[in-house]
Amino acid sequence: MAEPTSSVALTVDGKPVQVVPGTTVAAAALIAGTQTRVSVSGEPRAPLCGMGICFECRVTIDGVPHQRSCQILCAPGMQVATARELPAP
Amino acid sequence: MTGVWDVVVIGAGIVGAACARTCAASGLRTAVIDATGIGAGATAAGMGHIVVMDDSPAQLALTRWSQELWRELAAELPREVEFECRGTLWVATGEDEMKEVRRRQPVYASAGVPAEILDSRALAEAEPQLRKGLAGALLVPSDAVLYPPAAAAYLMHEAIRMGAQMLSPQRVVAAGQGRVRLRDGSELSAKRIVNACGTGATDLLPGLPIRRRRGHLVITDRYPGFVRHQLVELGYLKSAHSIASDSTAFNVQPRQTGQLLIGSSREFGAEDTSINHALLRAMVQRAASYLPAIGRLQAIRVWTGFRAATPDKLPLIGPWPGDESLCLATGHEGLGITTSLATGKLIAAEILGEKPGIPAEPYFPARFLGENHSAPVQTLCGEAAHG
Amino acid sequence: MNPILDILVTGAGPAGIAAAVTAAECGLRAGVVDDNPASGGQIWRSGAHLPAGARRWKARFDAAAVVRFQGWRVIDCPEPGVVRAQRNDAEVASDPAAEDRIDLHYRQLILATGARERFLPFPGWTLPNVMGAGGLDAMVRGGLPIAGKRVVVAGTGPLLLAVATHLAARGAEIVAICEQASLAQMAPLMFQVLRRPGKLWQGASFRWITRKSRCLTRCWPVAAQGDQRLRSVTLQRDRKQWTVDCDYLACGFHLVPSTELAALLGCRLENGFVATDELMQTSAPGIWCAGEPSGIGGVELSLLEGQIAALAAAGKTGAARRLAAQRRGALPFVRALESACRLNPQLRDLARDETIVCRCEDVPLKALRDRTGWRDARLHTRCGMGPCQGRICGGAAEFLFGWHAGSIRPPLFPALVSCFSGPDAALDPATHREAP
Repeated sequence: MAEPTSSVALTVDGKPVQVVPGTTVAAAALIAGTQTRVSVSGEPRAPLCGMGICFECRVTIDGVPHQRSCQILCAPGMQVATARELPAP
Repeated sequence: MTGVWDVVVIGAGIVGAACARTCAASGLRTAVIDATGIGAGATAAGMGHIVVMDDSPAQLALTRWSQELWRELAAELPREVEFECRGTLWVATGEDEMKEVRRRQPVYASAGVPAEILDSRALAEAEPQLRKGLAGALLVPSDAVLYPPAAAAYLMHEAIRMGAQMLSPQRVVAAGQGRVRLRDGSELSAKRIVNACGTGATDLLPGLPIRRRRGHLVITDRYPGFVRHQLVELGYLKSAHSIASDSTAFNVQPRQTGQLLIGSSREFGAEDTSINHALLRAMVQRAASYLPAIGRLQAIRVWTGFRAATPDKLPLIGPWPGDESLCLATGHEGLGITTSLATGKLIAAEILGEKPGIPAEPYFPARFLGENHSAPVQTLCGEAAHG
Repeated sequence: MNPILDILVTGAGPAGIAAAVTAAECGLRAGVVDDNPASGGQIWRSGAHLPAGARRWKARFDAAAVVRFQGWRVIDCPEPGVVRAQRNDAEVASDPAAEDRIDLHYRQLILATGARERFLPFPGWTLPNVMGAGGLDAMVRGGLPIAGKRVVVAGTGPLLLAVATHLAARGAEIVAICEQASLAQMAPLMFQVLRRPGKLWQGASFRWITRKSRCLTRCWPVAAQGDQRLRSVTLQRDRKQWTVDCDYLACGFHLVPSTELAALLGCRLENGFVATDELMQTSAPGIWCAGEPSGIGGVELSLLEGQIAALAAAGKTGAARRLAAQRRGALPFVRALESACRLNPQLRDLARDETIVCRCEDVPLKALRDRTGWRDARLHTRCGMGPCQGRICGGAAEFLFGWHAGSIRPPLFPALVSCFSGPDAALDPATHREAP
């Protein structure tokens, strides 16, 4: 177990994840799973550009949707939700 | 493109496309000319709200008829038109506006438009994101929303399927006396010419009583279910059609994608497409005063467009005095999407000499001319551009 | 109103850092606004493995009196002399008192907005774990574990070797490095590299570190396979095709300059780049441009241009001119790089009818074939209408169809609706409504 100062604890889709400080939410999402969002036609998607341009890394953070996870760093207690399927119409 | 056309429609916005469709459906040999492409002007800039409005009996008659035509067409509209019968909620903030709600409900009902009065609680249940303490609303369930460029494309492709021809991109520099001259120097002969150029109509007919009235819209990312109806403040009718200076009003539309369109603003004298940040700020604050959480949604784009406004808030549809070949179908201000289908019917009836579904006279351009019908226009004399 | 900055720099990559440091060292009140969580841009992203030169510049940057807005995205220019930015974590941060947005007032503006990768659509390119070359590199620097993973690096440009080197150093197995250009096409660039000992040494050390990996020219991916994520990539060289298993495909086709802010400010563009004079001044008075938006030339050139722009903006024209002479010497490298990265026309045939071009709105290639231009495609297919605002599909559409993006409108990036209102309102909404 790492010291409290050298790791950040958060959850991705309810699953606890420990990362080193400075880790992006996008990296944490891929450590915990395989995708970040579902496209408008239902395809699984994950980060493409890694620099805040492509918007493929969008996740819901603490209940707020459409967050660019590659431009936001993990914070203690953060609750990250990726999308697995299209919302019902 | 030789020979004499029965009809040449200038402008392939939603109004021009609707005119072309009805003309082609009547067996008229129809051509459509546009400087850029289908639905690229005001059609692309507008919200796509199919709405009955009762600022005047003539406006009520036109919007009611056209709304009905849209609902008849709904079943055959392709998916990308995103037609949805969302209904409009005219939101009342206080008791004085509830009086207006109660006044308008029978007006709509007598015109054959079902309308329902919601009290404060029913409104809160219908739209939980609205701020607490609103007085109520008038619900018009038969109003709808659609995506205007796709609707225009559908109408145009129907016209083409029924034999119309489209010339685009081609710019018309002069039109009248049965002739339409293009910038490349070629000319078309036509029994009737329909000027459906929106705000560009004055380029071909200088002196037309049309002014460009700029509007702003904001579109958000996808937030399905945030609102369910098109939400409009009850004061919209007054602010939208007052001829005074700049104004904003609360007007929010849910798109089928889950996106929200946030409007609306009206300003005269603005000639370019730039953003008026002061007016945009007022518009967004107005929306947030009704929907407090809207400020926390992400906006993807802001844009402006131009409405073709007339002094009496009614469009110019029908024959142009002084030139037997010329018809107008313009001046629809913020109601072009709604009234496009009825405009197409009125134009086809005019050209065929038939009796239209509603009296056509209130929309005749002749209402703005003097008794001798002297037209303040130049035809085929000036090099004008439209688009 | 916030105090007026003498010089505002947008972007904290090498060009922006050099500009801000130079401006501050000239005694000017300088500020930097940057979208990323940490300064350094893409090339000097946070993390180890930074070259000594980068560490020195970052140390100067940290020591300089520069007001920094790190992790803020520029969204609008609401009036002349003002850049509006939103804090990236405004929606999720725990501090409710913090400002969501800020209006930065400036006397002079230096655009150092950098570049992004060009992506080309091919079957399977939307699968998870197909990333940009710089994209995977950025993800790894952001904490994605890569040790032991099999990676195919593909596309075009010197970035490929740099990324492969960094990933290999982090323990990745680089299965192959595939460069679409031919050796002959790259010869002028090689010649320029040979004349520059620093670049030559860097290139040689990169190749030494990646020596176990196959390095192929005239080679590119034609398809990526997998179910929920990437499993294998089919590569093509000349007429031969073969498939390799891998965990990641890092694929980028050189760079596209980020010119949206310049365009919004009315700066003249030339062939897609921001047009500047020798001293990096744009066509708009008081607005300067440094780094990739004025021409893709790499770190050294960006550092020079950042300094030139800041010196010129500070009125130290003589010093700026001396550096401008050095810059002229670097321009043959820019031209050689451009021709080395010219895309093979065969890459236009990679996408199939069903291949998605616009990833935000899932617009397939077949929907775009009959459109007359970018605006027509936007209106009638939704291509480019999503939150990336055409930044990904725009570069592809430019290569595939020759379309150029149209007018730029705010917000430059998706932004909170409330960013358009706010407490510093100069206009009372009540006065802009009519009395009922």
